[in-house]
Amino acid sequence: MLLPALIFFLLNAYFPMIGVYYAFTQFDFNSSLFNAPFVGLRNFEFLWKSGTLLRLTLNTIGYNLAFIFLGNVLAIVCAILLSELRIKWFKKLTQSIMFLPYFVSFVILSVIVYNVFNYENGFLNTLLAQFGADPVDVYNKPVVWIFLIILFYLWKNLGYSMVIYLASITGISEEYYEAAKIDGAHIFQRIWYITVPMLKSTFVVLLLFSLGSIMKGQFDLFYQLIGNNGVLYNTTDILDTYVFRSLKVTFDIGMATAAGLYQSLFGFVLIMTVNYIIRKINDDYALF
Amino acid sequence: MQIKDDKYTKILQIIAYVVVILGSIACLLPFLLILSASFSANESIIKDGYHLIPAKFSLEGYKTVFRFPDEVLRAYGVTFFTTIVGTTTGLFLMTMAGYVLARKDFKYRNIFSFYIYFTTLFGGGLVPWYIMMTKYLHMTDSYMALIFPGLMTPFLIILMKNFIRSAVPEELFESAKIDGAGDFKIYWRIVLQLSMPGIATVGLFLALHYWNDWFTSSLFINDPHKYQLQFHLYNVINSAAFMANMGAGTGVSLGGDLPTESTKMAMAIVVTGPILLLYPFIQRYFVKGLTIGAVKG
Repeated sequence: MLLPALIFFLLNAYFPMIGVYYAFTQFDFNSSLFNAPFVGLRNFEFLWKSGTLLRLTLNTIGYNLAFIFLGNVLAIVCAILLSELRIKWFKKLTQSIMFLPYFVSFVILSVIVYNVFNYENGFLNTLLAQFGADPVDVYNKPVVWIFLIILFYLWKNLGYSMVIYLASITGISEEYYEAAKIDGAHIFQRIWYITVPMLKSTFVVLLLFSLGSIMKGQFDLFYQLIGNNGVLYNTTDILDTYVFRSLKVTFDIGMATAAGLYQSLFGFVLIMTVNYIIRKINDDYALF
Repeated sequence: MQIKDDKYTKILQIIAYVVVILGSIACLLPFLLILSASFSANESIIKDGYHLIPAKFSLEGYKTVFRFPDEVLRAYGVTFFTTIVGTTTGLFLMTMAGYVLARKDFKYRNIFSFYIYFTTLFGGGLVPWYIMMTKYLHMTDSYMALIFPGLMTPFLIILMKNFIRSAVPEELFESAKIDGAGDFKIYWRIVLQLSMPGIATVGLFLALHYWNDWFTSSLFINDPHKYQLQFHLYNVINSAAFMANMGAGTGVSLGGDLPTESTKMAMAIVVTGPILLLYPFIQRYFVKGLTIGAVKG
């Protein structure tokens, strides 16, 4: 009964691993696995020398760190505030509303961005025009997109992590709060000295999971927001989007494989290191 | 002390309500923008831009979408088909795998768990996978290409395994075995019945994935008749946006028979509709499932 799963992962994950050999060849789509000309490390060398690899790495890691830390901190804050609400139906309603963006597709997200920011009739420029200000061409401003991408990431994912934190808050025993109340702690002290420390283990688990996939950016998010808009690559290109473009747009198969392999290897080493460090500090939190 | 306590609590209450209300508005506003635009007259959008409330109310966007309903309906059909087939097949395979891995008397479960888990640690990357799918499995332009890649994920299998382990006590396996039930019968009659909340959660994750998928279409499908709904929408938006940008650069309007602004937004609403309608009902299960998963760690 386990067989389908084994075959599935063999086809979907293990066989493609053999394909990393393309990274060392000058591959085009007509040649088969082993008759493509072998070029050694030249693909990597090119990626490195052109500065592509460094830029992609920095972008990928930078965005992910921002996502992880901002995302978690905001989710904790929102979960705590939400848990303090007294009106039951209001609490339920707002939680549902904040969870909603998680359910819509990234294509809808791109429609939203188009609606708000497109130059000719976007909502932003309509608003600016009403105040007599000049329209802004957001699509020509690479730096703005750093914030937009992070903003929309938070918009889409906050509800999800908030629900997880909310669940752990509900799990905290009332007795702690009662005891603190009797000792005269006001509500901010109770939150700071009881709720926050109690959320630590959830936070650490989520953090570790996300650190492991730090080299895999949110491909959907970036691709749907940026697409093939070359003006913005400097600040918004990540490994995933680069690989996808090389495969579907510029057909640099060898190069794309090389970038993908670099991503996998780097990610692998990162997870191993993180896991090793965690195990040294506290065995309970280790991933495996 | 009591007076001070009240003051702080009051402050926190105010902060909480303000933040939560602002957050909710921020989450809803974008949907309102699209909704309003979909009900706006196209000329008014082009002349005055998008508004939060339609400057001039009109149904022409929806009329255009449904004047030639073939494409949308076909994309709907593809998405419905892949969602239903993918979710049921995926659930079947993942519960089976989860069941086997949850059985403590299965000797090799650690090896196979690692076999599955390892794929999250290291992979060949997108390109070798793409070549595998197209050149060796010949999946280009097949419905199989839309369904196959999403069937199982290590994360969901492990989630399933934990659900089964917590829902079905070990002794039940043994007593069923003594009563003469085979492994498959135990799975079908006992495990599936007892782990319904887990199945609902994993099923929702799967269904959501298939419903929102545009990526597999963009990789493997060349035949527009087999586009998924989201990819269809993506094309409508992007071909228009691209043309508009070209037009802006050259000073030539390439308007013509391209989808108009209100039509695009109406299309977005038509695509999102089912989720927004089902959302109030499924959201509860999602929260429940996530909660169980989170407490389990």
